[in-house]
Amino acid sequence: MVRLRGVHKTFGTHEVLRGIDLDLPAGSVTVILGPSGSGKSTLLRTINHLEKVDRGTVVVDGQLIGYRQVGDRLYELGERLILRQRADIGFVFQNFNLFPHLTALENVAEAPVATRRLTRAQARERALALLDRVGLADRAGAYPRQLSGGQQQRVAIARALALEPKLILFDEPTSALDPELVGEVLDVLRDLARAGTTMVVVTHEIGFAREAADTVVFLDAGRVVEQGPPGAVLDHPAHERTRAFLSKVLT
Amino acid sequence: MSVVSTPAPPTGATDPPTLTVVPARHPWRWVGSAVALVLAAQFTHGLVTNPGWDWPTFAGYFVERSIVEALLVTLHLTLAGAALGFLGGVVLAPMRLSRSPVLRGFSWTYIWVFRSVPLIVQLLFWANLGYLYDTLQFGVPFGPGFVEVRTIDLVSPFGAALLGLTLHQAAYSAEIVRAGIISVDQGQVEAAAALGIPRLRQFRRIVLPQAMRAILPSAANELINLLKSTSVVYVLAIGEIFYQVQVVYGRNGRVVPLLMVATVWYVVLTALLSVLQFYVERHFARGALRTLPPTPLQRLRAVVGQRLGRTGVAGPSRGGGGPW
Repeated sequence: MVRLRGVHKTFGTHEVLRGIDLDLPAGSVTVILGPSGSGKSTLLRTINHLEKVDRGTVVVDGQLIGYRQVGDRLYELGERLILRQRADIGFVFQNFNLFPHLTALENVAEAPVATRRLTRAQARERALALLDRVGLADRAGAYPRQLSGGQQQRVAIARALALEPKLILFDEPTSALDPELVGEVLDVLRDLARAGTTMVVVTHEIGFAREAADTVVFLDAGRVVEQGPPGAVLDHPAHERTRAFLSKVLT
Repeated sequence: MSVVSTPAPPTGATDPPTLTVVPARHPWRWVGSAVALVLAAQFTHGLVTNPGWDWPTFAGYFVERSIVEALLVTLHLTLAGAALGFLGGVVLAPMRLSRSPVLRGFSWTYIWVFRSVPLIVQLLFWANLGYLYDTLQFGVPFGPGFVEVRTIDLVSPFGAALLGLTLHQAAYSAEIVRAGIISVDQGQVEAAAALGIPRLRQFRRIVLPQAMRAILPSAANELINLLKSTSVVYVLAIGEIFYQVQVVYGRNGRVVPLLMVATVWYVVLTALLSVLQFYVERHFARGALRTLPPTPLQRLRAVVGQRLGRTGVAGPSRGGGGPW
């Protein structure tokens, strides 16, 4: 489903990603772990081209993201085509980024109307079903500021689901939440994982990784240090750096 | 956290139920209020007793036909100038924020020039356009033309005035709109882009409605400013209200009451625009405030309701709903 080859990214003089190769099969849940500054979020953002890669390729569902290949040249796609590719890749932000002037329902219904040519009525009906799925059907008319952090993030997940994406990317979905609200968001993530959604999750929730992930990827200084099933990476890490990171996180 | 022992009930005699609260006194507030009232009374007394104001003449001309017609011209210039100017601003502001240096430079230069030239000078330029260009041609740039018109036919004095006000207003509106756009959190654009929402729709549905919160107070200022700036077009001999009162007092010599006619109309129109501003701002506050402040009418109803002994009348807590 997702294939990364030799992905490099530099901000100024700082090389954030130094050649990432990853293969994530359809229907799999991948959790990316790593210390802050290791390039986790940047890696996630290259997958839907929010961040342009300097070198390397990102392929999602057989489609090269952000570029068109002709021979040995990559031509950058126009914005319209990039936006169309993004509509197939859901993204959930750390700070939710809900549209504050739209109600929960309108937040979820906006993108399908804009990109899937649905009528407003159809989109609203589907949005209501999605809000129900994340347990917020009764809050459909509320504005984001009238919702708790956990509720906002659940609306954001419903918004990402509304485009029926092939893949959903989660960028630290619980990091901005009060501890007692983390559970409700992780419950939604677990449900999605069980339903066979292809997911890539950057998180610090080791418990979630152990329970829901098929693959855990440990990233440090822009490189994949190790990857494998959670039982292997979390309980018997092969590398010193992974061990050091886990010992700090698991205390 | 350590284990906290059960808090002891407050001791001492600080809490018997019979103590009454006496609000603090503010003697200087009373002094200040008295001074303000005396000044207001003096001013009103002067307005009523000084024969120089000549209120009968004022009353005779206030809704006189030529004055009302002139008032409509003023309103026409204000509303058309504001609408077209704002439209120009909505185009110029994103240009100034564009990644293309040419578009950025064009917009910057436009704003620089039109903020530099005094409105009155600009108006005179447009009125004398026929002197610079006898005829105007529409067609291929630098190539053949298809339609040719005489400048004087195309740009009437009213047209010149509207053109001048619009171009002037566009420059200021552009900066106001730009201030609004950069006040919107970058995460909003990113979220819209991640959802694949097309660029123009991102601007129209996501950025602009949120930018409006920052735009509106300044835009209302500009609108009120424009209302008064229309008086400048009297130099083109256009019959707006300031020109019209000058015509009348040129005839009958009653300068002060006729200036008051124009003044009071400006004050009334500004009041109407301020009311409009309140409701438009309230509309765009959706979602930015947890509960919207009550409108004056809702407040009035709440007070009346309380007086009548009913409770829970006006409900601003509904959040959305109509403007009333």
